Amino acid sequence: MEFLDAVLLARIQFAFTIAFHIIFPGLSIGLAAYLTVLEALWLKTNKSVYLATYKYWLKIFSIIFGMGVVSGIVMSYQFGTNWSVFSDKTGPVLGPLMGYEVLSAFFLEAGFLGVMLFGMNKVGKKLHFFATLMVAVGTLMSAFWILSVNSWMQTPVGYAINEAGQFIVKDWFEVIFNPSFPYRLAHMVIAAFLSTAFLVGGVAAWHLLKDSGNAGARLMFSMAMWMALLVAPLQAFVGDLHGLNTLEHQPAKVAAMEANYHTQKGAPLYLFGFPNSDTQQVDYAIKIPHGASLILTHDPDGELIGLDQFPKEDWPNVPIVFWAFRIMVGIGFGMIAIGFWALYSRLRKKLYQGRGLKRVAVAFAPAGVIATIAGWTVTEVGRQPYTVYGLLRTYDSASPLDAPAVAASLAIFVLAYLLVFGTGIFYTLRLMKVTPKDTVTDEPKSTAKVSLSNRMDSSYQRSHKKPSAAVKPNQQNSLSKEQTDD
Amino acid sequence: MIDYALIWAGLIAFAVLAYIILDGFDLGIGILFPLIKDKTDRETAMNTIAPIWDGNETWLVLGGGGLFAVFPLAYSVILPALYMPIILMLIGLIFRGVAFEFHWRATKLQSLWDRGFFLGSLIAALCQGIALGALVQGISVENRVYTGGWWDWLTPFSITTGIALVVGYVLLGATWLNLKTTERLQQQARAIARVAAFATLAAIGVISLWMLLIEQQYLERWFNAPAIYGLMVIPLLVLTLGAWLVRDIFRGKELSPFLISIGLFILSYVGLCASFFPYLIPPSISIWQAAAPENSLKFLLAGSAFLLPIIIAYTSYAYWVFRGKVKPNEAYH
Repeated sequence: MEFLDAVLLARIQFAFTIAFHIIFPGLSIGLAAYLTVLEALWLKTNKSVYLATYKYWLKIFSIIFGMGVVSGIVMSYQFGTNWSVFSDKTGPVLGPLMGYEVLSAFFLEAGFLGVMLFGMNKVGKKLHFFATLMVAVGTLMSAFWILSVNSWMQTPVGYAINEAGQFIVKDWFEVIFNPSFPYRLAHMVIAAFLSTAFLVGGVAAWHLLKDSGNAGARLMFSMAMWMALLVAPLQAFVGDLHGLNTLEHQPAKVAAMEANYHTQKGAPLYLFGFPNSDTQQVDYAIKIPHGASLILTHDPDGELIGLDQFPKEDWPNVPIVFWAFRIMVGIGFGMIAIGFWALYSRLRKKLYQGRGLKRVAVAFAPAGVIATIAGWTVTEVGRQPYTVYGLLRTYDSASPLDAPAVAASLAIFVLAYLLVFGTGIFYTLRLMKVTPKDTVTDEPKSTAKVSLSNRMDSSYQRSHKKPSAAVKPNQQNSLSKEQTDD
Repeated sequence: MIDYALIWAGLIAFAVLAYIILDGFDLGIGILFPLIKDKTDRETAMNTIAPIWDGNETWLVLGGGGLFAVFPLAYSVILPALYMPIILMLIGLIFRGVAFEFHWRATKLQSLWDRGFFLGSLIAALCQGIALGALVQGISVENRVYTGGWWDWLTPFSITTGIALVVGYVLLGATWLNLKTTERLQQQARAIARVAAFATLAAIGVISLWMLLIEQQYLERWFNAPAIYGLMVIPLLVLTLGAWLVRDIFRGKELSPFLISIGLFILSYVGLCASFFPYLIPPSISIWQAAAPENSLKFLLAGSAFLLPIIIAYTSYAYWVFRGKVKPNEAYH
C-alpha cells in the first residue's frame, strides 16, 4: 500500500513540525503575559529592577516569538499541502475560525511587536505598555481560536454534511464553544503560564546558585515560585475536569491513557508498566487497585469502559498515549511539590539561600515544555485513527500525494528545523546565561552596539536590546561608555 | 441578493496584493543584500524593515488562511499542485524570518546567517513567482482533487515568472531603501533601482505577451470588444508609470519611485486578475464553484468588516512610529 506510506510520512511530518511549533507559542503566551506584568509593575513603582527584568526577558521573548512566527507559517500551509482532503471537507467549519485567529490575533501581535521591541524611545512609556499588552492579548486570542479548532476536531458538534461531503455549520456558537473547548483552553493556557514560570524560575535559580544576592534573579525566582504554588495545583484540578470530559466524549482515549483493555468495575491505576496491545495486558505493572475508577468515576468500584468496547482498528496507539500521559502527570506533580517546597523556604525566610530547591528548579526549567508536548501527544495520538473524531479518518484526510514527495518535504523540514531552531535554542540559552541586573543603565544610543567579544556577557545585559557581538573594536569608538564603566 | 463569493474573492485578492507589495520590499532587501558590502550599511538596511516585516508577512497567512476558510476547494487543490514551490517558499521564509534575530545574536556565524537572509529571501520570492506562473498555466482537477503530476509546475514560463517577481521585488526593495536611508547606502540603492526599473518593465512586457500565447481564454479576454477598450488602459498606464519611474529615479527623488513601483505592481496584478476572472483555478474552477457554503462566508465577513479597518489603522500607526530616515548606527538592537 503505497498510499499508506505517504499518509504515514505526512503524519510524521505533522507531528514533527507541530511538536517544534508548540514550544514557541506556548512560551510566547506565558512570556508576553509576564512582560506585561513586569512593565505594569515598573510603571506603578518606578523600580528599575522591573524594567531591567523586562528588558532581560524581552530579548529572549523576541527570539522565541520569531521562531513561533516562522514555524507557524509552516503549520498554516501544511493543512493544504499534506491534508488537502481534510481541508476541503472541514474548511467551511475550521477555516473561518482560523481566519478569525489571523484577523484578531496574528495581526495584533505582529502590528504591536515592532513597537514593543524597537519603540521604547519612540512612543513613550504608556503607549509602549499598551503595545506590550496588545501583544499579550494577541497571544491569548490566538490560543482561544486554535483551541476551538482543535477541540471541534475532538468533539465535533453543530455541523451538517453537504452533498460535496463537506462539513457545514448549523450553529457557530455550538461549533466554537464545543463540549471539550473550555477544558482544553484552560488546560493549555495554564500550561503556557506554568511552562514560562518554570523557565523563568530555572534561569533565576541558576543565577542564584552563583550569587544568591542578585536582585534581578531574586525577583524572577520569587515570582516564578508564587506561580508554581498557585497555578500548578489549579492545573491538576483543571486537568481532572478535562479528563472527565474526555471520558464522556472520547472514552477510547481515556481507556488508552489508563491502558484499560477490559471493561471492568474497580479498574486499577497503573503507575508504571508496558501496555501490550497484542496480549491486552500491562507487562511489569505497578498498580493501585481501584485507582483509575476512583479518579475517573469518583467511586472505587465504578465501571470503566475498556478498549474491548471498540473495534481494534479504532484504537489509538496505547503505549504512546499511556506513557505520554504519565510523563505529563509526573511533571505536574513535581511542579506542585516545588511550589510547596518554595512556600516552606519562603516562610522560613530562606527562599534565596540553600541549594537544594535551586538545583531542582534548574532541572525543571524545561519541564513545562516537555509536559506540554507530552500532553498534546496524549490528546492527538489519543484521537487517532480520526482527524475529526468518529467522522473522518486520518487515512481519508490526506492529499493525493506520492510517498517520495512527502518524504522529500519531510527531509527538508527536518534538516531546516534542526539547523534553524537548534541554533535559535542555542542563542536563547546563551541569553539566559547572562547575569540579570537590578538596574538599567541608559547607554547612549550610538554605543549600544559596541562590545568586545570577550566581554559579550556584560554587553548583552547592558545594551538596549541586541548588541552585535561581532563588531570589531576598532570599527567603533573604543572609549564608549559601555566599555569604560565596567 | 449579495454575492458573498465575489466579495470574498475581492478580499482575498486584496490580502494577496497587500502581501506582495509589503513583503515584496522586505524580500527585495534580502535579495539585494549581497550587493551591500559595508557591514554598517547592511545593518541599516535590515533595520529599515525589522519593526514591520512580521506584520507584512501576516498578509500571507491571511491569504492562505482566507483561502482555506472561504474557498476550501481551491486551497485543497492549489497547495498539493504547487507542493514543492510552496514547501521551498516556507523554508525560505523560515531562514529569512529568523535572520532578523540571529544576525544580532551570532558571533562567529554572522555572515552565515546573512547568507541565510539572502538565500531565504531569494528562494521565497522565486517560489512565489513560480507558483503564480504555474497557476496561470492552469491546474488539472477532477472530482475536487488535483490530478496532475508533482512536477507540472516546472515549466519555462513558470521559471520566467519566478525570475520576474524576483526582479520586481528588488525594485521595491531598492526604492524603499532609497526612501529610508541616506548617503552611501542611498546612492547604492539608487544605482540598483535604475537597473531594476528597466528589468522590471521588460519582465512585465515579456510575461504579458507570453500569457496571451499560453491560454486561448486569456487572449480572448484581452482582445474582444468592448472589453479591449477598458483593459487597454492597463498597458497604457504601465508605460506611463514606467517612464515616470525612470525619470524620477534618475532625478534622485525619494518617495515617488517607491510609490510608482507599487503602482506598477498593482497594475500588473489587476491585469492578471482581469485575465483570470471569474476563475480561481484556471481553466476550470470558478470562484462560485470553489466557495464555501454561504453561512461560512457570512460568518467570517461579519468579523472582517469590523476587524480589517482596525488592522489597517494600527498597522498604519506602526509605520508612522517608525517613519523617516533610518540612520546608520541608529541602534534598534
